[in-house]
Parts: sequence; structure tokens; C-alpha cells
Amino acid sequence: MSKYYLNYLDELESEAIFVLREVWAQFENPVILFSGGKDSILVTHLAKKAFYPAKIPFPLMHVDTGHNFPETIEFRDNIIKELGAQLIVGSVQESIDEGRVAEEKGKNATRNALQITTLLDAIEANKIDCAIGGGRRDEEKARAKERFFSHRDDFGQWDPKNQRPELWNIFNGKHFEGEHFRAFPISNWTEMDVWNYIKRENIAIPSLYFAHEREVVWRQESWIPNSEFLVLEDHEEIVTKKIRFRTLGDITITGGVESDADTLEKIAAEVAGMRNTERGNRSDDKRSESAMEDRKRQGYF
Amino acid sequence: MIDNNQLLRFTTAGSVDDGKSTLIGRLLYDSKSIFEDQLASIENTSKKKGHDGVDLALFTDGLRDEREQGITIDVAYRYFTTPKRKFIIADTPGHIQYTRNMVTGASTANVATILIDARHGVIEQTKRHAFIASLLQIPHIIVCVNKMDLVDFSEDVFNNIVSEFEEISSKLLVKDVRFIPMSALLGDNVVNKSENMPWYQGAPMLHTLETMHISSDINKVDARFPVQTVIRPQRDGFIDYRGYAGRVASGILRTGDEVTVMPSGFTSKIKSINLHDKELDEAYAPMSVSITLEDDIDISRGDMIVRSNNKPEPSQDVEVMLCWLNNSPAKPRAKYTIKHTSNDQKAMIKEVVYKYDINTLDRNNEDSNLAMNDIAKVKIRTTKPLMIDAYRENRTTGSIILVDDTTNETVAAGMIV
Repeated sequence: MSKYYLNYLDELESEAIFVLREVWAQFENPVILFSGGKDSILVTHLAKKAFYPAKIPFPLMHVDTGHNFPETIEFRDNIIKELGAQLIVGSVQESIDEGRVAEEKGKNATRNALQITTLLDAIEANKIDCAIGGGRRDEEKARAKERFFSHRDDFGQWDPKNQRPELWNIFNGKHFEGEHFRAFPISNWTEMDVWNYIKRENIAIPSLYFAHEREVVWRQESWIPNSEFLVLEDHEEIVTKKIRFRTLGDITITGGVESDADTLEKIAAEVAGMRNTERGNRSDDKRSESAMEDRKRQGYF
Repeated sequence: MIDNNQLLRFTTAGSVDDGKSTLIGRLLYDSKSIFEDQLASIENTSKKKGHDGVDLALFTDGLRDEREQGITIDVAYRYFTTPKRKFIIADTPGHIQYTRNMVTGASTANVATILIDARHGVIEQTKRHAFIASLLQIPHIIVCVNKMDLVDFSEDVFNNIVSEFEEISSKLLVKDVRFIPMSALLGDNVVNKSENMPWYQGAPMLHTLETMHISSDINKVDARFPVQTVIRPQRDGFIDYRGYAGRVASGILRTGDEVTVMPSGFTSKIKSINLHDKELDEAYAPMSVSITLEDDIDISRGDMIVRSNNKPEPSQDVEVMLCWLNNSPAKPRAKYTIKHTSNDQKAMIKEVVYKYDINTLDRNNEDSNLAMNDIAKVKIRTTKPLMIDAYRENRTTGSIILVDDTTNETVAAGMIV
């Protein structure tokens, strides 16, 4: 066999770099949506590679629900410093204070859906014409239909039935004033690919992904971390477990799994043996069969 | 860890009736690529719908409308990995009214799988799928003769379908065609070898996909480097750095190579090739790199760096096989934006040479209207030259899309003849 072929991780990397450079070339004012989770960290790492030796030529934007893991915020601030990048923060708390959105009520209330308004407001206020996200098609069935360049109308809405066809590697980012795009450079990566690549490149990720002792409560089939926002039910009890998180969202809805994986090698090995999908521990996706599709239509990540 | 494994992209075209969803479900299920929570959710839905056992077809469920109607509308991408390869499936609908989605899914595929219901043999839809695979120059075709359990696993039925298909494929530009008799429902010859068809000597589908030679699918002869953007760091240590960023479309570029910048025609030598902070001696398709040249030349997005002894043809008159993708038909003599690699120009469709009847594959010279899903040979005139290659030699520098400037929608995709 000839040596002139790429292995799959190099091919995925090359594809993502290509997409990031297309975003830079086709849009005036793009940002990377940065949540502090592994996927947005990966996108940021790929952007660093895409434009080296120049700095990443666009800001990072964080939609801050106020329900963060403290570790995530610390990690975010460090990476911004290291990259010399600009950080834009959209605050859900401010959206609530300004009366743009109302806090959900009831025992499973979260700020997950409230992020949509804050995100769209921040996009409008900062005149952003393309928001680069770490969404992957393998995560969820609505995401499986996403384009690399995904159009949003002037209300920020996604119309999955009327998407622009995307052929070969020719991306069409043309849009009218007020509309914007979402770009997904790691569309074709799976959770396993992400971990294999993070391991290969030795990319720094928040400590939450590694096994650690934590106070948790068993709820909806996973270990929900104790925090100032947690409201205990009568039958529930806080225990200390050695856990790690497979995905990071709000501290109120992100469930951990019991694990001893405290190195990237062990995490990759653990993920390879996992028999449940990563979003299986996210209560935001458990609300209905089309929970993700419905949120995405409105403008969610 | 599967470090040196390649990525294989394949497309499946078909409707629910062909058992396409069942086939994909079977492939994922038997290769242990389905997670327990996915399985539980599907068991649940199967029960609600009153099915016996698990309906594997539910794995490919997509958007709410698709679930309600039980059909695939848009292309959905699915992923699985075996110890030998990583796979991306572009799962597309099969009906004629979704030709454009099939074309989309086929555009990046190494392999097309075409499903045939063993009871019905080669039908119009089969011809259409084979035609699209040849039009998009998918290098390999696997013909899955499915539902063999419903024809008593008969070798004769299989052989007849093979010869029927070969009759069509002999008229099309397809290189590598393989036939596999299978029952996706029962799992015969999908991942595991069938015990019901001892007469079939070949490999099951997954093994075929795992071992197919795909390194030669990319053109390694004609070095083409469309410039996406210019990197100028303007910072200490890199004040004079001017890197041309792009993805090698085809061929191999090495440091020291004599290169020509198209369309300006300026020549220089490659000084360095970089991927992040690594210096490379060479770059080949589909690597994303940055290139610096020995001389200061004016180069910007849309230009193409090529080896001086092997250049594409600059042309303002382009003949393409065009697939119309949009609800509104083509407007005669209207201007569109043509996108070719990183180069955007204005263009006009000057002439519809002939149109295909997608059912019979006959050419029609009379009808010059282009409506959604139509495939036609057209002549396009552009305002400035494009650096083109024929699509059959180069899928990247041989492809274009048309964008309607009044809606910004992608309205057509074309393969340069």
C-alpha cells in the first residue's frame, strides 16, 4: 500500500482545519462558541493549528448560565490568557434580570433552554455572522442532519427541512444582513475520535473529566453533583463517590459516572468500553424524543 | 488504539421498502456499534408500534417529520468503527423526488451501496442509483441483493440479478462493482457470513468494506493547491511570514518544487510546508497545510498553486453535468455565483445541451427547462477564468456549485465534463 494516505484522525483534523479556514475566509465576524467542554476545547485547539503562527483570528464566546462548575470557569480564563484571545460572555443571569427570559419552575427546572435567548442576543449585539460550535453528528439524531455550514434565519432559527445542500467540500456561507451561520468543524468526529485525538495531542481539559471524589446524588440514572442549586427530594441522599463526567453542561443537569479513569489513557479505554451514549447522562435530552430538535429549531447550539 | 486506520465514506440509497434502514441497523448492531440506551429506546418504540422483537430500522430514525412519515428525507450521517476502519455512512432517501439528496450524499463517498430487493430484481430505481453513482464517480459500488430469505436463498435468482445489473453498468462509467446476496433482516452476509447461502464464495458486506483498497481513490498525480486564505501573523519572530493556507486537492507538493500560481502565471519555488509548528517535506491530498514560497508574489484566496509542469486549464467556458437542487427552476440567462474550490465568480447558464430522463436514462435534446432533481449537460460562461480539471480526473477541482444571488441558496451542483 502506498504511504500517501492519512489515517482517520489526521483526515478528521485536516477536514476541521479546512472548515475553520473557510469560516474565516467567508465571514466578517465569526466567534468560537466556548463552553469549556471537551468539544469546544478541541475546536479551539484545531483553530490554533489552522492559523499558526498567527493567533486565532476570532474571539471565543461563552454563554454563561450562572450554573457552572467552578472548574470550568477557571479553565476558560486560563485558556483565554494562554491564547491571548478575546472573550465575549453572554450571561443568562442578565437575560433573567432584564426580563428577557423567565426562570423555569418545578423540580427539574434548568437554565438549559434559557441559553437560547442569551445566545441569540449576544450574536446580535456583537454582530456575529458565524458562530463556530463543537456539535457532532454522532451526538444526537437531530444533529446527524446538520451541515458543516448551517444557516440561521434572522430570528436565529434552524429549518431542518429546508437546509442548503452541501456537496463535496464547497461551503456556501452567503447570507443576508441579520442572518447568521453556525459552523461545525468536528461534525464527523465521534466521542471516541475526540478522546483518541485529545490523547494523541495531549490537549489540556478540565479536571472534571478525570475521576475524582465528589458529593453527588443519584437522580435519573446518573450521579448529579451537589451544588448550591441542588434541591434534595425527600428520598434522596448525598453521598461521596469517585466519579467523572463524560460531557459537561450545567452543574444542575450534568450527571457523572462512577469511574477510576484518572488519565487520558484510562479515559479513552473506558469510553471504548462504554455501552451507553454520552448524552444519556444529560437530563436536557431526556425530556422528549425530539428535545434536541425542538431546541435546535429555536436557535440552540 | 487503531492508529493507522483509514476513513471510508459510503453512501446508501434506498427506501424503507428495500430494507435500507434494516441493513444499516444490522450493520451497526452486529458490529456492536449500538449503545444500550439507544437499543432500549428502540425496543421501547418497537413495542409501542406493536412489532415483534426489535425493529432495527428504527436506528436510522431522524427528524420528527421523518419519524411520523416513516421515510428518510434529508441525508443523515452515521458513524461506526471496527478494529480495521472508521466508517461514515451518508444515509440518503431513494425516491426520485429526492435525487438531489442522493447526489449530495454521493459527492464525498468512496463507496456506493445499492440495494436491490431480490424479489423484484433490477427496477428503475436501481438504474437511477447506479447512474448517480457513476455520475458522481464513486470509485466503488457494492450491490446488495437483499431479502434473499424471501426467495429461498436461491443462487439462480442472485445470478440473474447480477447479469441484469451488469447490463446497465456496462453502459455507465463504473469501475469496481461487487455483488453480495444478503438478508439484512436475518443478518446473512451483512457482518456474519451466511449459513443459508453456502454457494456464495465472497465476503460479507462489512469485511468487503473493511478490506477494499481506497488509497488510490484520490488523484495523486496532479498537484493542486487552492488557496483558502493568507496567514500573516504580524508578530515577533514571524514578521515576514506569508503562509498560503489550504487543503491539497490532489497530488503531492514538496519543498523545492517549481510552482506556478494560477491565474496570474507567476512562478516560484516552495520554501516551506507547515502543519501547525511542524515543518514537512511534502504534503499530499487531503492534507490541510500552509505553504510559503521563495518569492514575494501577490497571492490571495481563489488562486491556485500548482506544479509548473502540470497545470489545470484556465477556462471561462465550462461544460458541466448539472444537477438542479432547488425548488425554483433555473432562470434563462440569469447570473449566478459559481463556486469552484476557493474561487467565486459570476456565471451564466448559456445553453442546456441535453437533459436526462432519470427513469429511462435517455437523453432529451428538446427540453431545456431545469427544475428540481433534473440532471442535464449545460454550457456555463464565467466572468473570469476558473482553473479546472475534468471531474472524472479530479473530484475537487472538477466540481462546482451555483448560488442564486437573490436568495443566497445553493441551487445546483455540477461536474465538469
